Amino acid sequence: MTALTLGAAINAGLSKALESDERVLLMGEDIGKLGGVFRVTDGLQQRFGAQRVVDTPLAEAGIVGTAVGLALRGYRPVVEIQFDGFVYPAFDQIVCQVAKLSYRSNGRIRMPLVIRIPWAGGVGAAEHHSESPEAYFVHTAGLRVVAASNPQDAYVMLRQAVASDDPVIFFEPKRLYHSKGEVDLDADLADAPPMHLARVAREGTDATIVTYGAQVRTALDAALAAEDEGLSLEVIDLRSLSPIDMNTVAASVRKTGRVVVTHEAARQAGVGAELVASITEQCFEYLEAPPQRVTGHDIPYPPSKLEKHHVPDLDRILYAVDRVRGPGAHSPVSHEPAAVDGGVR
Amino acid sequence: MTYTQTHDSIAAGVPDKGEMLRVLEPDGSRVPDATLDPWITDLSPHELRALHRDMVLTRRLDAEGVALQRQGQLALWAPCRGQEAVQVGTAHALAPGDFVFPSYREHGVLLGRGAQPADYVLAWRGEEHSAYDHRTINAAPPQIIIGAQSLHATGWAMGAQRDGSIDVAVAYYGDGATSQGDVNEAMVFASSFRAPVVFVCSNNQWAISEPVTVQAKYPIAGRAPGFGIPSLRIDGNDALACVAAMRWALDRARRGEGPSFIEAVTYRMGPHTTSDDPTRYRDSAEVDAWAERDPIARLEAYLRAEGMLDDSGMAEVARAADGLAAEVRAACIDATTRAPETMFDHVYAEPHGGLERQRAEYVAYLAGFEK
Repeated sequence: MTALTLGAAINAGLSKALESDERVLLMGEDIGKLGGVFRVTDGLQQRFGAQRVVDTPLAEAGIVGTAVGLALRGYRPVVEIQFDGFVYPAFDQIVCQVAKLSYRSNGRIRMPLVIRIPWAGGVGAAEHHSESPEAYFVHTAGLRVVAASNPQDAYVMLRQAVASDDPVIFFEPKRLYHSKGEVDLDADLADAPPMHLARVAREGTDATIVTYGAQVRTALDAALAAEDEGLSLEVIDLRSLSPIDMNTVAASVRKTGRVVVTHEAARQAGVGAELVASITEQCFEYLEAPPQRVTGHDIPYPPSKLEKHHVPDLDRILYAVDRVRGPGAHSPVSHEPAAVDGGVR
Repeated sequence: MTYTQTHDSIAAGVPDKGEMLRVLEPDGSRVPDATLDPWITDLSPHELRALHRDMVLTRRLDAEGVALQRQGQLALWAPCRGQEAVQVGTAHALAPGDFVFPSYREHGVLLGRGAQPADYVLAWRGEEHSAYDHRTINAAPPQIIIGAQSLHATGWAMGAQRDGSIDVAVAYYGDGATSQGDVNEAMVFASSFRAPVVFVCSNNQWAISEPVTVQAKYPIAGRAPGFGIPSLRIDGNDALACVAAMRWALDRARRGEGPSFIEAVTYRMGPHTTSDDPTRYRDSAEVDAWAERDPIARLEAYLRAEGMLDDSGMAEVARAADGLAAEVRAACIDATTRAPETMFDHVYAEPHGGLERQRAEYVAYLAGFEK
């Protein structure tokens, strides 16, 4: 085992992928000499050459669209979108081309692309640098969508994503880029849990928190704090957002009967909505209380001085835990829902 | 007009009136052109007749597509009448290893690549999104998102370049596509990486109801040099000019000189699709004027004058065209719609839990009706 930051773990995964398959190549803005704005590709161009670690023009549709052509020619491109908020120019290529080419061709064409996206907020960044666009991609048939929450998963899941014959949107929680963890660099992919499976990050009995990405860390902190109050919280790290491993989620909810879903992305039609709907369909008779969502607000990402009010923190998660525990549970404020609509739309 | 060196001699504001290169006049007489001539000196009578034959076949196939739509056998058809020279001419210049990225209107390109009768119609009938196997005819599925394929062609060419191959990618699109970001980004990438790709723009004057002047106030071919890409503006109704320009571009690509751009000036004689009504937006006089420049009549006149084609040759070509049309008609009418549960196939290469659940639910639902 080696102690690596999440960013370095992805670097190691990319390096391994480039080493083991000559059809793999990296494309993106500033990923060469600079090593990417987050240094995730640091040293890779020097080692593998400019033909395999390609600094591209500043055109996201162009990057993804040419990656489609390279994939048609037999390559396995790994594309870096510099920031989450910069992916939208490539949206058409991702949704209409990358996601649909296998379907359109009755499986004769495969799109083994990985689209890496430094993702989400909490780092005091400028506008368009802190977004959580995952629901757009989860909603799109033909894409796999994953989000690693720790260095070991980042290393293994990146390699699994490159090995997959499906296109994978690979979200990298940028506020965890510098957080360290133990990574087994010699791990055999065959022994690793498949990319689509969720992970029970912490076992508990009183309520389930379902989350992914950087929020896993926040949820674990919340569980630790709740422990002091004698509460046992189970934390599920989804890892994969498409597909969602509902077996693992449902098993936990059936055990605890209470569930809080948290993510940084806006609430409306988000991954949390999908989770709560599926939980309700599959676990209705086990639920002791209505599931709760703790999410970013339905606003554009706010100026960074305000982001601590947007990104759900430990207190907001515990507040929701109180609500799923019912009227007897301690809460700093009333459980009565505020009358928000007042008949006004 | 060539844009290999400069583009300052073009009258601005009249993209459809600018000069263009040709070797066949509308009446079929052969005229010299220093840029094009070197590329077609070796065209044999056999090759010239094949060119003519494929153009006639394309027109007949196209008419059959329109008829099948009118008879309710196809949901839609995008006619290519009038554009046979650029489609067939450029396709004839290709090597087997080259790979084309067509739009939805390139029936003549598919024919040139060896498509089978069913390949032309199953998508328009609504049976498949793409009927043919891209590997058998080296053609990507027809692209409906305007201009998106230009990037795919460029990426494919970047791959061919990495493989050390002499294969060339070709992106086909229309004048409307040149306004798309993808097409412009493709030119940036192709130029920066010297990708062996040819951009063939069939400027057919109309993007549904919008004349080319909405897309461009300057000849479209004049844009490419700004990206560092040499271009030719040719008479797209002159099949020989189309072969010549394509050979010029392919040769550049194979010699490692990178991308080229061809603007083939032509005309969409029919509607945008069978759902369109061009009488709402263009004058019949304009259509009549372009009918005088018909690409097939032009090549035919030349071949007859040269003694390469006579009435019996014409009759034989007509028979072959009718034969193809009959095969296309049969492939269309005989098509069977596949089982509903197959619509869940190939969304993913590997099983996807959520989708597998939905498939099982829907199959069970359908089975309920069989009891």
